[in-house]
Amino acid sequence: MTRRLLTGNGAAAWGARLADVDYVPAFPITPQTEIIEQLGAWIDAGELPARMVTLESEHSMLTAAGAAAATGVRVFTATSSQGLLYAMEMLYTVAGWRAPFVLVNVSRALAAPVTLETDHNDVLAARDTGFLQLHCATCQEVLDSVLLAYRLAEHPRVRLPAIVNLDGFTLSFTREPVEIPEPAVVRRFLPGFDPQSVRFRASEPVSQAVAVLGGTPYSYFRYEMHRATEQAIAAFEEVAADFERATGRRHAALETHRMNDAEIAFVMLGSFATKAVDAVDRLRESGVRAGLVRPRLVRPWPAAALRESLAGVRGVAVVDQNLSMGKGGILHAELASTLYGVPDAPVLTSFIGGLGGRNIAPEEFFQMASVTREAAQTGQAPEPRLLFTAQELREVRRLQGIALAERHETTHSGAERSAP
Amino acid sequence: MSETIYRRMSDLPSTHLLGGGTAMCAGCGGLQALHQIYDVLGTKTVFVNAAGCMTLLSVYPFTPFRGSWLYTAMASAPAGAQGVRDALDILCDKGRLPRDEDLQVVTLTGDGAAYGMGLSATSGAIDRNLDFLYICYDNEGYGNTGQQSSPATPHGAHTATATGPAGHSGFKKDLFGIWVANRPAYVATVIGTEPLDLARKIEKAAKLSGPRLILALAPCPTGWDFDPQQAAEIGRLAVRTGIFPLKEYLDGRVVHTKVKRPRTPVEEYLRAQGRFQHLFEPERRQDVLDAIQARVDAYWEHWDPSH
Ligand SMILES: Cc1ncc(C[n+]2csc(CCOP(=O)(O)OP(=O)(O)O)c2C)c(N)n1
Ligand code: SF4
Ligand SMILES: [Mg+2]
Repeated sequence: MTRRLLTGNGAAAWGARLADVDYVPAFPITPQTEIIEQLGAWIDAGELPARMVTLESEHSMLTAAGAAAATGVRVFTATSSQGLLYAMEMLYTVAGWRAPFVLVNVSRALAAPVTLETDHNDVLAARDTGFLQLHCATCQEVLDSVLLAYRLAEHPRVRLPAIVNLDGFTLSFTREPVEIPEPAVVRRFLPGFDPQSVRFRASEPVSQAVAVLGGTPYSYFRYEMHRATEQAIAAFEEVAADFERATGRRHAALETHRMNDAEIAFVMLGSFATKAVDAVDRLRESGVRAGLVRPRLVRPWPAAALRESLAGVRGVAVVDQNLSMGKGGILHAELASTLYGVPDAPVLTSFIGGLGGRNIAPEEFFQMASVTREAAQTGQAPEPRLLFTAQELREVRRLQGIALAERHETTHSGAERSAP
Repeated sequence: MSETIYRRMSDLPSTHLLGGGTAMCAGCGGLQALHQIYDVLGTKTVFVNAAGCMTLLSVYPFTPFRGSWLYTAMASAPAGAQGVRDALDILCDKGRLPRDEDLQVVTLTGDGAAYGMGLSATSGAIDRNLDFLYICYDNEGYGNTGQQSSPATPHGAHTATATGPAGHSGFKKDLFGIWVANRPAYVATVIGTEPLDLARKIEKAAKLSGPRLILALAPCPTGWDFDPQQAAEIGRLAVRTGIFPLKEYLDGRVVHTKVKRPRTPVEEYLRAQGRFQHLFEPERRQDVLDAIQARVDAYWEHWDPSH
């Protein structure tokens, strides 16, 4: 085992390398590109016996990924944001093929307006595709999750593709010390790919992904996928336990921080949750019994584990780094449906923050904590809040003012120049 | 190129590999061509299909294919072929699949996918020099959705989205030319009513590697509005009038494999199909008919100037 400083992207590439992937269909997009460049460099140097092909779009990339997995090889691919959405038709399609592979998504906010920084609307748009979803908060977790994802995706009771999500910039380009397990250790944890009956070969002709007529066979296959995804809860326990035995690192479906006697809790996804860890510690110092729950597994949704870890908590602040227009936070809605009807369920408050990489400041966590404590006392949840300060609004207005003045100036002087 | 084993009609395969009882319409020219193609290619194949009429060949839990099949989506069948080809190569190279288990990868799509939505994926497959055989059955419209105008719809035809007195205003795109411009391994046009010509071309294509296109005109009783009994006659007229040239591209050269002299006026082909009736009734649209004939003449003037 070696320890190295790796970016989140570097850790993802190491995960693929250790998984001994056969095939890497690729397409560039910031902030993911470094992953495929790293894999390409290893392949060219003869360090990774895989084949990489750059497709002409992510739609084609996902088609090739699914088709290769359905033929019987271990596939790795990666994308981000616009790329994930460009491939959306194929995410649903290849998940239905029941051919497991791993897709790393480096979360980046969606256009418009176009931007490079992170939030989770991209990966949550893939929520219902049939892909499993693992969300990471550290670079170590990125490497480990790629390995966990292969085992989970290829598990005989699951057989579905998986997305491993990491946040653009905050993880993709941040260097952290990462332990790289020995290949032999990984090989024991993750043996070579077994395609089972999903493969093509001359002696066993098969028609895959055929059409159905009517709701009965359609429902049959969709229900089968749902059941397989549910099975992935227990399968994840098994896989995570094996991983811990192999590497000493435990990755549960839910990551919790100081939840033992918590009266209020934050629920968040991804690397921004590390900001909440800090806030929780400071709240504890000031006498507030706060805690944090971070679902690592988002599909399947660890409902039972969430109910258990939030039992006895009085107020939960759900911080969504996404926005469903006209509804609010997606995670909030997921959690509300999980806790509805549970006796003594906590009051849920809803906050939208971190869109397009916007920071969530410590004071904002304290503010969210105080709103949530008050809600718990009154039993009344306030309207969802969109995190944005008066200072930020002033700054936007100031820039608009400058741009307007400049435009006025150029139009004006332009008119003067063109006058006879 | 080695000699053909198909010298006369009696040399054509007598056992038919594609099962019957599928959901295709009676008289379907696309299915006719596919039957013949499959008989020559054989079952050591995997067909990678895009959305279209032929998607309904394999309906769970039945399939007429004795070889393999994978349905993808409308836009990306060539990318599916890429994934399958690459995976088979990887498996063979790494010794996980004996070479005799390898398969010929065949893309099967309609014109809508081949000329339009899937053209980007096709283009990518060509510039990656993908070893695959692309079969496009061209029924000149989005058939599966009710024959709306596609990039392959001929000028003047009525479609579900072109119902006015002049019919479809666009012109059929030259997919053969687009492929040839990129110097692939092989490109050929075929039609089910010329089975010997078809068999020779498939035989040739199957022996080559790299990107290969078989463009099959697919007379479509449902979309073109003619009686299924007329299917063979319409196919023959397509060739005799010269509106559908039978040709192949190999080693940098385009060769016409059937040249009819003199050519039958294109009007005879058009008159036989309901989709062109508005060019004759209630009044004759000589302007449109002349424009169609002029394009056919100009084509042959370019390729066969001595006649
Ligand atoms: C992305 C997408 N858009 C639209 C469709 C609907 N659709 C299914 S088949 C088809 C027509 C395809 O036309 P063509 O490729 O010519 O095949 P044909 O139906 O004529 O056999 C269309 C538009 C689809 N399946 N997928
Ligand atoms: S609509 Fe045309 S192409 Fe489609 S199955 Fe019927 S005859 Fe064949
Ligand atoms: Mg068509």
